Amino acid sequence: MKADLFLLKYGEIALKGLNKPIFERRLLSNLDSRLAKIGRFSIKAAQSTIYVEPLETVDTDETLNELKKVFGIVNICPAVRCGKELKAIEDTAITCLEEEETEGKTFKVEAKREDKSFPLNSPQLSAEIGARILDRMPGLRVDVHNPDILVQIEIRKDAFVYTKKIKGAGGMPVGTNGRATLLLSGGIDSPVAGYMIAKRGVTLDAVHFHSHPYTSDRAKQKVLDLAKIMTQYCGAINVHVIPFTDIQLEIIDKCPKSLLTVIMRRMMMRIAERIAEKTGGQALITGESIGQVASQTMESLAATNSVVSRPVFRPCIGMDKEEIVNISKKIETYETSILPFEDCCTIFVPKHPKTKPSIEELSEAEKLMPNFEELLDRAIENEEVVSLGG
Amino acid sequence: MEVYLDNSSTTRMYDECIDKMSAAMRENYGNPSSLHRKGIGAEQLIRYSRTAIAESLRAKEDEIIFTSGGTEADNLAIRGGCAANRGKHILTTAVEHPAVLNMLEHMSAIGYRVEKIPVSADGFADINAFAGMIRPDTALVTAMYVNNETGAIQPVREMCRIFKKRNPKGVFHVDAVQAYGKIPFTAAQTGADMISLSSHKIHGPKGVGALYVKSGTKISPIIYGGGQQRNLRPGTENVHGIYGFGIAAELSQQNIERKGERMHELRNRLRRGIVENIEDVKINTPENSAPHILNVSFNGTKSEVLLHSLENDGIYVSSGSACSSHKKGPSYVLTAMGIDRKLIDGTLRFSLSEFTTAEEIDYTVNSLVKIVKQVRSIMKK
Repeated sequence: MKADLFLLKYGEIALKGLNKPIFERRLLSNLDSRLAKIGRFSIKAAQSTIYVEPLETVDTDETLNELKKVFGIVNICPAVRCGKELKAIEDTAITCLEEEETEGKTFKVEAKREDKSFPLNSPQLSAEIGARILDRMPGLRVDVHNPDILVQIEIRKDAFVYTKKIKGAGGMPVGTNGRATLLLSGGIDSPVAGYMIAKRGVTLDAVHFHSHPYTSDRAKQKVLDLAKIMTQYCGAINVHVIPFTDIQLEIIDKCPKSLLTVIMRRMMMRIAERIAEKTGGQALITGESIGQVASQTMESLAATNSVVSRPVFRPCIGMDKEEIVNISKKIETYETSILPFEDCCTIFVPKHPKTKPSIEELSEAEKLMPNFEELLDRAIENEEVVSLGG
Repeated sequence: MEVYLDNSSTTRMYDECIDKMSAAMRENYGNPSSLHRKGIGAEQLIRYSRTAIAESLRAKEDEIIFTSGGTEADNLAIRGGCAANRGKHILTTAVEHPAVLNMLEHMSAIGYRVEKIPVSADGFADINAFAGMIRPDTALVTAMYVNNETGAIQPVREMCRIFKKRNPKGVFHVDAVQAYGKIPFTAAQTGADMISLSSHKIHGPKGVGALYVKSGTKISPIIYGGGQQRNLRPGTENVHGIYGFGIAAELSQQNIERKGERMHELRNRLRRGIVENIEDVKINTPENSAPHILNVSFNGTKSEVLLHSLENDGIYVSSGSACSSHKKGPSYVLTAMGIDRKLIDGTLRFSLSEFTTAEEIDYTVNSLVKIVKQVRSIMKK
């Protein structure tokens, strides 16, 4: 079915009282930039619905795919346009219903008039079209309280009919809930974590730690590819690529090997917070999940947390790997995440990492690197920022 | 300093190739099958290359079929050769290129019996074992001339002689992609019925190769189309790629002995530099090898780390072969030679070209000494 209009219903943002116009404006502008690559559209909001009308021929599936990725939209209803004569509305409703499984199902017609000059009022129109559908589709029964199929009619400049309700991405429009800095590795978890926070309306910056020659430039490209996939949901992302090798070598040189990973994580958190300071990020985001690896035990999490003052969001914290994998498959980062470009950094992983490091012993160990602050400064000075458009 | 020592993966094109190809692309853009002058002009370019490549093998012009590269040449030889000949048995070595091994996996899936000749610790195919494996229904033997990872020169001439004596109707195919332009040989010297060649390994453009098919050898096409190249490889020819290949074939054959000696000397200089200055290394390239390849295991390191560290110094090498580094897991070539997994993990392949200089080799040795030390000290912790 080719849709002539998409009606978007937004959930939570309708509840935001006086902030509603801000949320609505942001959603409209997000939609605007997201749909621009498909074609020209008129995008307008009225009565808690956004009307997206193609101004040229566009592919319905492609448009739906794009709309399904915009946070802040709960449902998407693709509608078909027809003339305002009752016969035309009836025929269009039948065409829509023919695409549905109707045998033994119940239905209800719900009409809405924006055009008040239309001769029937909304209940009259609903009853009239309902009767005509019953005549033509004897397999259907009416149920006005709990129908299987809701046939909706909107009388505007033209009439629009729709029966389908497609689930949107939910959440809140990106850009309405502040800004946060995501520690983005090439793995499965961090893109999922970023996605989940962006879903709450948060704008993302990403930090990636690059350890050439211990990881290849392909590993860096893979992270940029992941960020690019994320922009489909999260909007534009700046990826800060931080040269991390010198810091790693210093840690290996000076600190006990069993603490290597946790100290490395602490350095990463420190750098991420400084990047957040520069970019206006109010929080940090990581893909950690309790107990997944040695550096994600309760003790290790506390130890990495203690070096920063911003809140650290870890949306995957209570999830099993399988749950995280399922989301990463849904948002299409999985296939990229599992590309094998990182094997060489395994030489930095100690054979027997300490799983319960205390904050005191870590601080002591870090004192063995009296100049680490300078190393962090230098790493940030030499960062490479890659801007990925949304 | 930029030092490109990954010439077995691919090579930098000859300037002359680039210039002549560009000019031809601009002016001589016709379809070689067209009847008008533009078509004839394009046909001349192909004819030029066909002659150049035939001459380099001392073969006849109609014995050369152009393909999209070494992989297609190998595929055509094996699949097309088997389809046109009797017998359901194929022999190969354990150290062939994936273009051969994966083609053979398919042949085995469609009902052929494929057997692999074992290799010695030096990486040479075992002639005695081979002689015992030949059967009356052996339709095809496919063996590489020079191994892409170690540089070992396989005894293909002797293998071909033994095979032809036992099975005169069988087809013998040589994958000469790493040998061509590096060591001198003619088609007759190998005795082979089919020989695969690739352009981009000899400073020509990528995406073009050739299969030599000795007159009288039965072969079926593996793709179907509009009748070009006697229907054995239809499709509008990659005119400018083929033209570039021809130029590169000519240039690489000029002074091939002298250039080979020079590469050989530089390769030995590299080997000496490594062995004399770095402890605990294993040279996997045997004495009887192509002049441009040196395969070395640095115990207690990781190839990728060495590779990327060398890259920081402007030196480009390969871990194993570029084709198998797409996959995880250790090199099957070195595994077949019985080399320990730990050693394989720290293996680099250096491959020289006629453009390599002594200065580049010395610079590489210096860099290696520094890097191996560094990586070992990190990995020991």
